[in-house]
Parts: sequence; structure tokens; C-alpha cells
Amino acid sequence: MNAPTRVPAKGQPFDLNRRGFLAVAGGAGLGLMIGLRATPAGAAAGPVRFNPFVKVAPDGAVTVIVKHLDKGQGVATGLATIVAEEMDADWATIRTEFAPANPELYANLAFKAQGTGGSTSIANSWDQYRTAAATARAALVKAAADEWKVPVGEIKVESGVISHPSGKKGSFGQFADKAGAAPEPVAAPQAPQFKDPKDYRLIGKEGVHRVDNDAKTDGTAIYTQDLKFPGMLVAVVAHPPKFGAKPKSFDDAETKKVKGVERVVQIPTGVAVLAKSTWAAIKGRNALKVEWDETGAETRGSEAMLAACREAVAKPGVATATNAGDAEGALKGAAKVIEADFAFPYLAHAAMEPLNACVELKDGAVKITTGAQFQSIDLAVASQVAGVPMDKVTIDTVWAGGSFGRRAVPNSDYIAEAITIAKASGLTTPIKLVWTREDDMKGGYYRPMYAHKVKAAIGPDGMPVAWHHRIAGQSIMTGTAMEAMLVKDGVDDTSVEGASNLAYAVPNLKVELTTIKTGVPVLWWRSVGHTHTAHAVESVIDELAYAAGKDPVEYRLALLKDKPRHTAALKLAAEKADWKGPQSLGKGKGRGVAVHESFASYVAQIVDVSIQGDGSVKVDRVVAAIDCGLVVNPDVVRSQIEGGVGYGLGAALRNAITLADGEVEQGNFDSYEPLRITDMPKVEVHMVPSGEKPTGVGEPGVPPLAPALANAIFAATGKRVRDLPLGDQKFTSA
Amino acid sequence: MIKLKVNGEVRTVDVEDDTPLLWVLRDEIGLTGTKFGCGVAQCGACTVHMDGQPVRSCLTSVADVGDSEIVTIEGLVGANASKEAQAVQAAWRALDVVQCGYCQSGQMMSAAALLTENKKPTDEDIDAAMSGNVCRCATYVRIRAAIHDASRRLEA
Ligand code: FES
Ligand code: FES
Repeated sequence: MNAPTRVPAKGQPFDLNRRGFLAVAGGAGLGLMIGLRATPAGAAAGPVRFNPFVKVAPDGAVTVIVKHLDKGQGVATGLATIVAEEMDADWATIRTEFAPANPELYANLAFKAQGTGGSTSIANSWDQYRTAAATARAALVKAAADEWKVPVGEIKVESGVISHPSGKKGSFGQFADKAGAAPEPVAAPQAPQFKDPKDYRLIGKEGVHRVDNDAKTDGTAIYTQDLKFPGMLVAVVAHPPKFGAKPKSFDDAETKKVKGVERVVQIPTGVAVLAKSTWAAIKGRNALKVEWDETGAETRGSEAMLAACREAVAKPGVATATNAGDAEGALKGAAKVIEADFAFPYLAHAAMEPLNACVELKDGAVKITTGAQFQSIDLAVASQVAGVPMDKVTIDTVWAGGSFGRRAVPNSDYIAEAITIAKASGLTTPIKLVWTREDDMKGGYYRPMYAHKVKAAIGPDGMPVAWHHRIAGQSIMTGTAMEAMLVKDGVDDTSVEGASNLAYAVPNLKVELTTIKTGVPVLWWRSVGHTHTAHAVESVIDELAYAAGKDPVEYRLALLKDKPRHTAALKLAAEKADWKGPQSLGKGKGRGVAVHESFASYVAQIVDVSIQGDGSVKVDRVVAAIDCGLVVNPDVVRSQIEGGVGYGLGAALRNAITLADGEVEQGNFDSYEPLRITDMPKVEVHMVPSGEKPTGVGEPGVPPLAPALANAIFAATGKRVRDLPLGDQKFTSA
Repeated sequence: MIKLKVNGEVRTVDVEDDTPLLWVLRDEIGLTGTKFGCGVAQCGACTVHMDGQPVRSCLTSVADVGDSEIVTIEGLVGANASKEAQAVQAAWRALDVVQCGYCQSGQMMSAAALLTENKKPTDEDIDAAMSGNVCRCATYVRIRAAIHDASRRLEA
């Protein structure tokens, strides 16, 4: 744990333009301010902190402070690449370190709070990290110029080496201390001159390996699950079988007999067993007998909940998200109308590392170590739950074994539970809360269940004249700190995003929403609302293309005339896939297409399927094209799209969380069968060349997959797949 | 007291007989490269070698290990590792297979075991040998490619 010795006040978003930051950023100012320089300026020392984002060690190692959680999406590599490029550092000397929780310094500029999500990490950090790097570079150059008594302008920097035409030469490390300790801090220019992209050696280039490649290949990377502190106890909790139930009483006679079990404590979310080892805690938990108070618990099954959603979309929506022209009127007089109903189940994130968090409550302070994804909220929740002021809470972030959204929770459920246990136990030793796979799977915070109903009509020329879209399901944002920002006039934007802003040119568009309430906690899940809206939109547009007798790619392009970035992605995918129509691969095979914008990135996918002898569907190949603006690391972009395809495919093929009488029916990977290597198609990823600012890649690969798959199945079989997942449906070739 | 042979070293641990090897490795011996993903032999994150064979350590009780040689991801690294292990390590790095990385120890244990049995696996061989190893980040495309790459390295 390497938390700063003094944590500055929290709560204020860090503003890059605020006077002061830039003035001191080049010198030791902030380094001293946040107390990370252990030794006085000038003394031989460890790394010198130039600003909140860059440290340089005497041996030349450049450490990039990563303000975002890396849960596999490669943001540590991305931010390191940006810094190394702008500093002209040697890539081999780059290290990364997760930033402590400190929203003043490390806010996500898109949220004005410290947190990772919405595929914003690179986008919001782009100018900030370039500025930090340019400033550190300027300070190093100035230190060298002063020592050599030459003008700054004559100095060159290449791969961490500072040189002057006179033959003088030195490494970053050599000047780190001097630059960091300069009495007159080197101010960054108000509008820093960033490197010309044509001079890039790292950004956009192949062969820049991930910074976490080695540690995650040799098993040394440390995740929360791997933490071990002196005296630490492991906590495993018996959670109630129904959402909203609470423990009434428990019998721990058998639990106490388990060797290693130290304490059993009741908390509002269950009964926690604390033990010296993980296995003892699991065994102890399994031996508990708990009686639950189910007053106020959700007791409905998911079928009843889905029926409520379906009923809701049969009626006018409670709120209207979009209303342009007169969709209902235009539908009445239309030549051809298509009506389609869709259903989407609850989905678990099921990250590979089940949820966990390590906490220590001691001397009126809370120390948290975990794969923290929303530090601003975690700080506030921790302070409230522990009953200590916010400046007594520290969070150290470690690698997370996936998240897909689950580690960013508006009530920090898993961190709050860990602190509650520590508090209830009265112990001051570190406590590591470990959820088993079953706890994780049954623990809620799912992608909500939704129903959609779309009525769309085409005119005599085959082009759409009206689109009337109804959506019903739970709201993710209502009741959270984000409600004020994201719920307007009864519309939670995350319920309708991707549909309410339909990209296709349709003159009459109406999108309605009815928000359903259940006792099942819901949450964003990799690509949030787009997980369902893209499926409905891209399925219906495909149906309209067929109804119009047009090629599905041509039809989309015709409707995207004023959407150049959708168009470029779609054209690139079609070209690389050698698209010659949905049925061009022969009998028993089909091709499907979808294009969708999410989080300001544009992704088109073409999916090829073949129908197997037993009627099942095999996905053979996916060709994807993405426009995510300027590409920082092409291989990370490829890996995120490959991963997005796989994540979307697993869900589309067979994932669903269902409830019977309020109890989740899935528990482990045998009942929530994840995508396996045997299901994985070939994936090709192509990037649209772009000079636009970089946008996200973690989520945008997911939304087009399900509809492109469903459209491919239609091409092969003549059968539309509107409800997800496919499950064990059998198909016959058309 | 139970004696275990792990990565070529003899270790003595004081645990109950029914303790899964996974938790002995992680909590007692401190070899945390072997991961907990499901606890019921459904995900492969806990895969280790027992006398060269890939086993799920979450369902292998420590008492059943006996004299068998256990190799974990930590034993897959370095000059003492088998040549298959070294090829797998090199290929995984060359192709940047990892994303979150949590499943990858198990993936590499299964891959090294496959290559020991079969120096030149086809896609079908790979799918069959690796289907017990889940990757929620879906790095499967690269896992396949890396195993082929490791196979080429073994030929060279
Ligand atoms: S943890 Fe052993 S197979 Fe999943
Ligand atoms: S790399 Fe994340 S689960 Fe495989």
C-alpha cells in the first residue's frame, strides 16, 4: 500500500485549467504538496514527482500514474503510451502505478468525479496526460539547458536521452532531481505545443506491448484476491436467497467447529464468517444455518417481471424520450408496416475475479485496497458507513480481474459490505471480503430486463417513413447520485440511449419509455443501454431492408447519408468482409450486418454463421470496423473489439439470469454458461483512419454483435431472433 | 502436517485434509498466481499440473495429492521451466494475449500441458484441450494464435 502521507481535500473536481496547477506542475510543487517525495529536494532520492501524473527516477524509469482502473481494457497501457510519446521517453523505461483515491487530482474530467466507465478513460485523459508529459519534458530540458548553459531551444530529446549539438548528452534520470527541485518551476505553456502526430513513434504504432503483459503472464500481477496483510482475516458472507431479505437469526454451532474460523457477525446484508484462511471462511459460511426475514423481499419470478414489461410496451409509454414528426399518424397511412417485439433478460457481469475488497478500520481511519472503479463514490460511502471523515479514507487500487461495470456501483455495495463487517466485528486487523462465484452470480446489480415494441413503416420507395419504439424496463440511474444528471422528465437516458437518438434518417420518430420497478438491483453492464437498443434498432432496420427488397448494407448506407462516421465504419467492414449480400455464402450459411455508435465510437460488424446438422448455430467469423478517432494503441483496440465480440456473443447465445419466486436460479458457470473457446469465431478488426480526438473502445464492440448475429441467422434460416438469448433453439436452413 | 512437492520444492503445510489444493497454494504457500474463479471445476482459472497433467486445483483435495509433483504458473517461468512452458510464456508475451489477466495462469497451464502431449495441435485440438478454461474477457482468438505460435517456437 503506497498511499500518500497526506491526502488533499476531496470533493472538488480537478480542473486542468485552474490557475495554479500549470504554474507548479513543472516543478516540485505538487510533488511536495501531496507528500510523495520522501526526501528533501536536492538529496539523492527515489523517483521525482513532476506532477500528479509523471514521476522520473534517477535510473531513468518514468512512472505514469494511472487514474483509471485497468480491468483488462488496457487503459494503463494507453495512458503510458500518451505520456511516453509526449515526453519522448524510452518505452522500455515506462512503469505504471494506480493513482490513489483523490478526486481533486484524479477526477475523470468527463464525470467531474474519480471513476472509470462509459469508455471515457482515454478521451478525458488525452489532453491532461499530454500536458503533464509535455510539462515534465520541459522541466527536464530546462534543467539540462541550465547545467550545460545552452539555450533550451537547441536541445533535442529522443527516447529518454537529452542531447545538445555540442555533443553533451544525458538521460532523463540524470536531470530528474534537478528538474524536480528547480527553484523556479517551469510552467507549462498555457496552450502546450503538443507533438505533431506525424512525428509519433508510439501512438498508433504496432509493436507497443501492454504494460501489464509480463506481470499477467508470469502470475505476479496482484489482484484483490491475492492481497495478504499481516493478521488479515478473510470474510465470506451468507447472503439472503431473495433480494431485500435480511437475517433474522442464525445458528453458528457447526461454523465454530471449523478450524480457522475466528468470528461470526450479523450484518444487514447477511451473516459474515471471518477466518484465518479463505477455505475456512467458505467452509464456515456453508455450515451456517440462517433464518431470513423476508418481509419486503422481492418474491416475484422473472417471468412475471417480463410479462409486466411486455404489458407496458403494449400501451403508450409513461414518458416520451423522442418525438419528431408524427410517427403514429404516418404509420396509419403507410404502405407496409412491420411490428416487432423484443425481450432481454437480466444479465450478470460475471467477471472472472469474483467481487472482493480488503479493508482496515483502525484509529478512526479506513484503508481500502481493491480494484476500485468509482473512487469518488467509494470514498463517500466508506466515510458514511465507517462513520469517519472523508479525509480519513484511503483507497489503493489494484488490478481487477474484469468488471464490465460491476465494480463501479452507485452504493459501492461490496466495499460497504466489507466495511460493515469490519465495523461489526470490532476488529482493527485487515479484513478481506471474498465473494464466491455464487455470491457474485446471485448478488444482483444485473443488466436490467427489458421489453421493446417497434412499429416501423416504409413508403412506396422502400424508405422508412415512421418509427415508433416503446421500451419498458428498470431504470439504472434512478435513486443514484447520477439521477439528476441522467434522468430527465421521467426518462433515464441509459434505458433509451441508442434508440432515442436513432442514427437513420426517419422523418417521423417516436420513442417512449415506461420504467418498471422490481426489487432486483440493476447496474450498467458493458455498453449499458446499447446492449438492448442496438439489437432492436439493427434488427428492425434489417427487416425494413428486406421488406424494401434492398441489400441490408446498401439500405443502411442510404439512410446514413449525413452520418459520415457510421458510413465509414460500415463501408470498411463491408469491404474487408467482401460483402456480396446476406445469402452469398450458400445454403446453410448466412451473413448479417449491424452498425452502431456508442460512447462516441462507431462500430460495424459483419457476422457469418452456419447452421449445424443438429440445428444449432455456429458463428464462423466476425469482421469488425471501428472509428474511435485517433488510435492510441492499435493492438489494444483490436483486443477490446475481439473481447467485445466475445462478451456480446456469450450473452446473445445463452446467458440469462432468471428468478423463481424471487430466487436467482443461476449460481455458477454450469448454469450461466460463459462463452468458451469452442464458441469463439475468427475475429478481424479494422480501424477507420481518423484525426479526431480518441474515444473509447471498451464497450462499443459489444452492441452490434447480437443484431448482426440475429440478422445472419435470418439470412440462413428465414427466422428472426428477437428475444435474447438464443438458448437451445434449433434452426433449419432456408 | 501434509508434505507437498510444489515447483520442485518440498513444502509442509498444516491444513485439514479436505482443503482444496487451490487454497493451500494460495493461502498457505503464497503462490497466488493460481486463481480462484468458480470453485467447482467449471472455469479452469485454478489449473495446475499434477505429474504433468492439468488438474483443477479447486476440486483436488490436498490429501489426494500424495507424492505427485505439482507445478503452478510460478513454476512455468524461468530457465528451469519445461521448453513447452517457455514457448507458451514467450508466445503469450509476443501476442499480448492478456486483458484482465485473471484467467491466464490457468490458460497457460492448460496450453503447456497440451503442447507437451501434442507439439503441433490443430484448431480443433486446441479447442478440445482449452474448452475447460473460461476467459470472460474473451481472449480466445489470441489464445489459439499463441498456442500455434508456441508450437512454431518448439519446432524452431
Ligand atoms: S476455480 Fe477451479 S475450475 Fe474454476
Ligand atoms: S483475460 Fe480476463 S478473464 Fe481472461
